[in-house]
Amino acid sequence: MNNSELELHARNIRRNIIRQVSNAKCGHPGGSLGAADILTLLFLEIMDITAENANSINRDRFVLSKGHTSPLLYAVLAEKGILPDEELLTFRMINSRLQGHPNMNYTPGVDMSTGSLGQGLAAADGMAIANKLSGNNHRIYCLVGDGESEEGEIWEAAMAAAHYKSDNLCAIIDVNGLQIDGTTDEVIGPNPLDEKFKAFGWHVINVDGHNFDELRAAFKEAAETKGKPTAIVAKTIKGKGVSFMENNVAWHGTAPNEEQTAIALKDLEA
Amino acid sequence: MAKATRQAYGEKLGELVVENPKIVVLDADLANATKTNIAQKAAPDRFFDLGIAEADMIGHAAGFAASGYIPFASSFAMFCTGRAWEQVRNSVAYPHLNVKICGTHAGITVGEDGVSHQAIEDIALMRVIPEMEVYVPCDEKETRAVLDYIVKTKKPTYVRLGRASVEDVYESEEIDVTKANILRKGSNIAIFATGVCVQSALEAADKLKEEDIDLTVVDICAIKPCDEEGIVKILEDHELIFTAEEHNIVAGLGGLIAEISTSRCPRRIVRIGVNDQFAESGNYKALMKKYMLDGDGLYKKIRSEL
Repeated sequence: MNNSELELHARNIRRNIIRQVSNAKCGHPGGSLGAADILTLLFLEIMDITAENANSINRDRFVLSKGHTSPLLYAVLAEKGILPDEELLTFRMINSRLQGHPNMNYTPGVDMSTGSLGQGLAAADGMAIANKLSGNNHRIYCLVGDGESEEGEIWEAAMAAAHYKSDNLCAIIDVNGLQIDGTTDEVIGPNPLDEKFKAFGWHVINVDGHNFDELRAAFKEAAETKGKPTAIVAKTIKGKGVSFMENNVAWHGTAPNEEQTAIALKDLEA
Repeated sequence: MAKATRQAYGEKLGELVVENPKIVVLDADLANATKTNIAQKAAPDRFFDLGIAEADMIGHAAGFAASGYIPFASSFAMFCTGRAWEQVRNSVAYPHLNVKICGTHAGITVGEDGVSHQAIEDIALMRVIPEMEVYVPCDEKETRAVLDYIVKTKKPTYVRLGRASVEDVYESEEIDVTKANILRKGSNIAIFATGVCVQSALEAADKLKEEDIDLTVVDICAIKPCDEEGIVKILEDHELIFTAEEHNIVAGLGGLIAEISTSRCPRRIVRIGVNDQFAESGNYKALMKKYMLDGDGLYKKIRSEL
C-alpha cells in the first residue's frame, strides 16, 4: 500500500477514535491518536489478519499491552472490515462488545484481553514461544507504552523473550513522553528505553512513529533479525493530528465535548 | 503410604505431558521443589523456566493458552497466587484462558521457611476471582484424580498442593473430585475438611469414636465450583458443623460452607483453621500441633463444643 493511501486510512482511523471517545464521553484519545500511524501500517500492510481469519489463531497476532488505547484498535479493526463501522458508536456502552479496555472473548481480532498495564508483553512472548513450539511462521506484535514500561513485568518479559530467542516477537515501544501525572521524565524517568531494551538482549530500532517509510523498514528489519526479539522504539506525538490535543497530557483520558469534537474532526478532514 | 501432594502432582504431570502434546510446563526457578522437574525430564522441549518472575510466568502461561496449549504453571502457592494475583485475574481468568496454576508448599505445613512462605490466603485469593476453579486434593490418589479431571476442563484453574508427606486417604484414583465426598458417615455432627486437614479430621473421628461419638467426615476437594447440593444435603442431615483447613479461617473452606449454610440451610458452624494470625517457623507437625490442626487439635476443638 502506498503512503498516501495509508495516510487516508490513518486519518479515517483517527476520526473514528474521536467519534468513539466523544460519543462515549470518556476514553483515551491522546495515546490512541499518537499510535495511529503505527497500527495503520501494521494492520493494513504488515500483518496477515483479515475479516475471514480474525477469529483464528493461525495468523500473525497483536497484543495491545497499552490497552487503554482500545479506541485505536477498534478503529483499525473497523478499517479492516472486521468490525462494522456503526458498532464503534457502542464503545464503552452497556451490552457492547467494545469494552473500555480490550476483551479477546467478545471482540473479533482482539488477541489478548489487556488493560492492566505491564501484562501484555509477557502474554505476547508466551504466544511467540508457543508459535516456535508449533513450528509456524506467524509473527507476534505487541504495542507497549513508554509510561507502561515503568511496570516491572515489562522487564521480566523482556528478559524472558531474549532468553528464549523470540525472534518472532516484535514489540513497538510507543514513546510519546507523557503519562497521567506529567512527562515521563518528570514522573519517574523510564528513559533511555532503547538502551534498556538493548541491554536486555533485544535488537533495537529507533524510528519516527509517524513516518511510514521508517516504520515499514523497521518491521522488515525485525522480521529478518534472527536469534533475538526486536523492539521498535517509536517516537510519537501524543494526540497527533488534533491541534489542541498534540503533546497535551490533559487529553490522555478525557473526551472532547461537542464543540471540541467538531474542531478535532475538522483537523482530521481528508 | 505417605507422599506429598506436590510429589504426586509432579509424577502425574510427568505422565500427562508424555500423553498429551498440548501440555506445556512452566516454572519460576523452583522446578526441583514443585516437582515439575519430572515433567521437565519427560518432555524437555515443553518445559519453560521463566526464572524468579512469577507474574511473568503467569503472563507467558496466558500466551500459551491463547495459542492452543494447556500450560501448567507452578511455583510456591504464596507467589503464584499472591505476587501474581492480578496477572491471574486479568490475564488468565478474565479472558477465560485454560491455564492450570499449581501452587505447592501451601499453608503452614511448608514449615521451617516461616510466614513469608506460608500461604494461608491462597484459597480465598483464588476463589474470589470469577471463572477460576479451585481444587485442594488431600492425598496422592486425589491429586492424580484432580489432574486427570482438570486437564479436560479448559477452565482457568488453581490447584493447592502441599510440601509435606501425607498419609493416603483414598485407595483408588477413581474419585469424583467435583463432589463433597463423605469419607465417614456419623450421626449428627459433621466436619468438612480440605487438604491435609482431611487426615486430621479422620484422626479426630477415630478419637471421638472411642467415646461413642460418630463424626461425619467430608472431604471437600472442589472448592470452586463446589458440590453445593451435596454440601446442603450434609448440612440438612447434621445439627452441628465444623470446618477444617490449614488456611486462614477467613474466606477459605469455612467461609464457603458458611456462605452456603446461610442461604440454604442455617446451622451452627465452627470454623477451624489458622485463626486470622501469622504463624511461625517450625517443623510442620509441630506447627499443626501448636495451631491445633492435627488430629488431636481437631478432636479437642470438637470435644469442647459438645
